[in-house]
Amino acid sequence: MTVFIIRRLLQALLVVFMMSVIVFFGVNIVGDPVYMLVSPDADQADIEAAISRLGLDRPILEQYWLFLKGAAQGDLGDSFIFGEPALRLILHHMPATMELAFSALILAIVIGIPLGLYAGLYPESRMAKGIMAASIFGFSLPTFWVGLMLIMLFAVELRWVPATGRGDLGSFLSIQSSLFTLDGLSHIFLPALNLALLKISLAIRLTRAGVREAMGLDYVKYARAKGLPMRRIILVHVMKNIMIPVVTVMGLEFGSLIGFSVVTETIFAWPGMGKLLIDAILQLDRPVVVAYLMIIVLFFVLINLIVDILYSILDPRVRLQDQGA
Amino acid sequence: MSDVTTDNALSAGEPPVVETPFQRFRAEFFESRIATAALGVFGAIVLLAVLAPWITPQNPYDLAQVSVMDGRLPPGSEAFDGYTMWLGSDGSGRDLYSAILYGLRISLTVGLASGVIALLIGMAIGLVAAYAGGRIEAIIMRIVDLQLSFPASLVALMMVAALGKGVDKIILALVIAQWAYYARTVRATALVERGKEYVEAAQCLGISRFRIVFRHILPNCMAPLIVVGTVQTASAISLEATLSFLGVGLPQTEPSIGVLIANGFEYMLSGRYWISVFPGVALLLTVVSINLVGDHLRDVLNPRLKK
Repeated sequence: MTVFIIRRLLQALLVVFMMSVIVFFGVNIVGDPVYMLVSPDADQADIEAAISRLGLDRPILEQYWLFLKGAAQGDLGDSFIFGEPALRLILHHMPATMELAFSALILAIVIGIPLGLYAGLYPESRMAKGIMAASIFGFSLPTFWVGLMLIMLFAVELRWVPATGRGDLGSFLSIQSSLFTLDGLSHIFLPALNLALLKISLAIRLTRAGVREAMGLDYVKYARAKGLPMRRIILVHVMKNIMIPVVTVMGLEFGSLIGFSVVTETIFAWPGMGKLLIDAILQLDRPVVVAYLMIIVLFFVLINLIVDILYSILDPRVRLQDQGA
Repeated sequence: MSDVTTDNALSAGEPPVVETPFQRFRAEFFESRIATAALGVFGAIVLLAVLAPWITPQNPYDLAQVSVMDGRLPPGSEAFDGYTMWLGSDGSGRDLYSAILYGLRISLTVGLASGVIALLIGMAIGLVAAYAGGRIEAIIMRIVDLQLSFPASLVALMMVAALGKGVDKIILALVIAQWAYYARTVRATALVERGKEYVEAAQCLGISRFRIVFRHILPNCMAPLIVVGTVQTASAISLEATLSFLGVGLPQTEPSIGVLIANGFEYMLSGRYWISVFPGVALLLTVVSINLVGDHLRDVLNPRLKK
């Protein structure tokens, strides 16, 4: 077991290192950030001063070495545009993204599971077929296009909720979030729904499959034979069994919600990390781009590592296979 | 003798007894009305995109043909040059119908090119993994697993952040984001095929490994590859549109559907919906029709569902 974890850890480290090479060298080849920073009427001396201030006059390998040395000490470089440490900038934008992803996850569970339950219980009904058709659309429609339509319908035509921004922040247990004010809630509704759509479809499909499988099992037949009302069988016995895998998968999707939030945040001008990344790419703010990508890679590698370890504890076959290889 | 029987069968109006696999496939595919309609829609879209220079009233990127006077006209307005703009015009006075058809050319080219290249690369890698086995297979599949643990959209976004804008760079980013799906599919199918008797027979005949892999195993892996290929191509088109919408995909000089939607976004809040919505509908029809065809192909080509 320990050997397994150590091997996985080493692999994770290798992935993070390889990604740092790809990202750092890739990002540092694109464009010339200096011309984004100096004023248009700057002379050659100003430009050269800016280049050496940003450390861009050094050989790329030396820049990478300095980056690695900094990264090992938790310093991912300073933003070219804001002059602040890139890491601090990203951490500052992280709560907004987390709150959006969290709301989307809750929406997906609250909307997706009941619909999936219905579709699983009455698979031949018209409503169930409608739900399944809608879930196909949920999978194949591009997120950004759905976001545009949501803005057009709810914000421009109906004027129910605002289209952009984060709204007022409320404070609860010293956590700042727009989930604690009415204005904030009205702002988060559309982006959260937009981000949740794909996961709602996923929750519908998982729940439906689980329910259809469970309804034919012995424990359900036994409960019916015992004379329990259907309501109780479904809500207590069936739900208890299918909720565990559904919620586990949905939890694992949290990482991809944070990844996808790049699109949603840009459309709804949500001031999170994703919007920061797109702005940084457009302004050639290299340290912020590199720092964001490294944080995301680290995030995914950690999630995968935890999943791998959990699975190997739960399922002995995984462990055996790894020792054999 | 056999000629006579065939003639008799035909004159009696009976269906021919012998059916090639392709004929059966075609018959089963067209059984589904939705899939047939989707294929029709996709065919029409491709045709419109190919014929764009001959069937549009203007070349939207020829400055001599575009008039700023026509800017932001609602659908059905008459253009300065006299023709009707059925879908309205965008901020710089381009006829949207023309712009959409020209945009489809770019979107489809990028989607199909990246789909085909990713398919070829993924196929080669997957075949190597399946046939080589051992350490090589373990290493390749570990890389594939690793990559598939990241969402494709995120990988593509990382790649464009590292590569920059441009048609070639987007195609490269999409190929990097998608090859692993093909590799996994081919390897899984090829592993099953490798254990079959015809491969053993070919090996006994002393046919070279190269020939066995490419002439004997590969053709039998085509069915799942085609299914994955359609779905991945749809997702490549959608990804390109997303990246271009975010401003990190194609530049303004290569106005794909995604760029058109992004350009219309700023007019949306002021109620000029058509500049964004019509290109969006075109994108939607393309992606959904490919997905519906792919979904049905999966059913038709799945041997376990054979009647």
